[in-house]
Amino acid sequence: MRANPMALLEVEHLDVRFPLRRGEIRAVRDLSFSLERGERLGIVGESGAGKSVLAFSLLKLLSRPGRIVAGKVRFEGRELTSLSERQFRRLRGNRLAMIFQDPLTTLNPVLTIGQQMIESLKAHRRLSTRRARIVAIDKLRQVQVSSPERRLEQYPHQLSGGLCQRVVIAIALLLEPDIIIADEPTTALDVTIQAEIITLLKRLCDEHDVGLIVISHDLGVIGQLTQRTLVMYAGRIVEQGPTREIINDAQHPYTQGLINALPQMTLPRQRLHQIPGSMPTLSEVPSGCAFNPRCAYRMTPEGLPRRDCIENVPQPVRSGECQVACHWVAELIAREPSEERAT
Amino acid sequence: MKQDRAGTETRWRRFGDSYFVYRLRRDRLAQLCLALFVLMMASILAAPWIAPSNPYDLAQIDLLDSELPPFWLAGSEPGFPLGTDAQGRDLLSTILYGARVSIAIGLGAVMLQAMLGTALGLLAGYRGGVIDTLLMRLVDIQLSFSTLMMAIIIGAVVKTAFGGAFYGDYGVVILILVIGLSEWPQYARTVRAKVLVEKHKDYVDAARVLGYSGRRIMLRHILPNTLSPILVISTVQIANAIMAEAALSFLGLGMPETQPSLGSLIKSGFDYLQSGSWWITLLPGLFLVAFVLVVNLLGDWLRDTLNPRLPEGPL
Repeated sequence: MRANPMALLEVEHLDVRFPLRRGEIRAVRDLSFSLERGERLGIVGESGAGKSVLAFSLLKLLSRPGRIVAGKVRFEGRELTSLSERQFRRLRGNRLAMIFQDPLTTLNPVLTIGQQMIESLKAHRRLSTRRARIVAIDKLRQVQVSSPERRLEQYPHQLSGGLCQRVVIAIALLLEPDIIIADEPTTALDVTIQAEIITLLKRLCDEHDVGLIVISHDLGVIGQLTQRTLVMYAGRIVEQGPTREIINDAQHPYTQGLINALPQMTLPRQRLHQIPGSMPTLSEVPSGCAFNPRCAYRMTPEGLPRRDCIENVPQPVRSGECQVACHWVAELIAREPSEERAT
Repeated sequence: MKQDRAGTETRWRRFGDSYFVYRLRRDRLAQLCLALFVLMMASILAAPWIAPSNPYDLAQIDLLDSELPPFWLAGSEPGFPLGTDAQGRDLLSTILYGARVSIAIGLGAVMLQAMLGTALGLLAGYRGGVIDTLLMRLVDIQLSFSTLMMAIIIGAVVKTAFGGAFYGDYGVVILILVIGLSEWPQYARTVRAKVLVEKHKDYVDAARVLGYSGRRIMLRHILPNTLSPILVISTVQIANAIMAEAALSFLGLGMPETQPSLGSLIKSGFDYLQSGSWWITLLPGLFLVAFVLVVNLLGDWLRDTLNPRLPEGPL
């Protein structure tokens, strides 16, 4: 028996690489996590952390020359990485669905909403066009699209961004998948629509018992939408745990940096906090802890660089309810209260 | 899909309100071209009813009527408004019937080019890799020959292989094949370029995420998005194909004189230029030039209208 018989999706030691002429890019490194039925999981990180590559590798849709070098992806206990393209195609859309960032470009501009929804249904189910239409209208109702019959005849450019994203969600729901991967589902929308879409996604996942993976760089979205969060940096998970814990009590220096960078964390008229430097290129990740050049704690109080940070890759350690990959978590936690007083 | 009367009416109204009609309303040249095009097409299509005689019907031809001048010259006869050719055929009727043949060949050849070129361009652009390299090198090789030369080579091979009689019987089909096979690279290149742009758009990723097969994505999702450049080059290609047909016929590799196209009509009159019967060559020539010009101008206008990124006005 596996450690967690309940898991809907299990990823173990996943390793994704893009062999290029100028050297290899390791976009995802030794990454493991699991998702339960009905669970909402967030993945945060800066641009280039490997979040979207992770999503595409779960669906086996990596663009060339990317490939999964090692690791396992199990869906309901079934190994996915070894499936043939034909077998995998039956899962996509059907059991695993994905929502993209920009709803206006995700929908095909020359097909009506109805054509796109009905095509998707007919591709996976034996349905008459009339039956498919009824299902499509029903799904549009579920995502609270007004007058769905009329929408079916319309083209994407005739709808607003928010409405389009609802249609995209309706298409994702059409075949009642078990997992929905949402890659920045609200980034292209304005704030009021964002809130509506978040509420909608939350409700739909609860109603249908769908496992949701939300990829975002927006901690606000993650905070509202998810129960558990993975923080990614340079292809690795640096911290994972309940979203509440991560946002209220981040332990990894990188997560702390992300949270401090939120505008809400800064007093009015003060300069916004930022993490110095930028994410390393994935082909030139620093040795040891990938975050060490930007880390505020890489020096000892005496001003000497910590050797562990430069030489060894930190392994995730249990710390409270979270798992943190940092050599100095214990020390940092002990030191934190005094630090906070100082600032 | 329901198509009751109210539906068609709103569809017509929507067409009337469209940008297409809006552009047409404020462009005099386009209006003129469209009017001429419609007039020419109508008279060509209605040739069996409006032409004074049937040039294919040998019983109606009298060799004694040969080389009569058009109506404004002395010696013309009222039955032959544009005069007659060397075999006594009424020139107006022969032009109209000949244009039918020319346009049939032009349309057929363009359809063949478009199907072949679009299919191969789609495949090359979407699949990439070895298929792309092979197909595009083939295109490069073919483009390094002049298309007319290609057509002459293919035409000459067919003519020697099957004999002149066969060539005469299946002239239309052979010319469609010859011109179609020699001009498809235009389509392949254009479509491939457009596919390379389209295939990186999110809707293609979304289609892949929905578990669609490569063929379905190519045909149902990418192809409709490449239609506007296909439409635009088609207008230019129709004009080109008609001219290619005329050139081939002029060189003796086209339609036989018993079933003349515009090109073979021009050629048949060419021998009589010296003897003063210039109209046999000039009048079909003028018709050809006018038709090709109108189609080209309409094509240009269509390109400007379908591509809103181009600046207004002539380029």
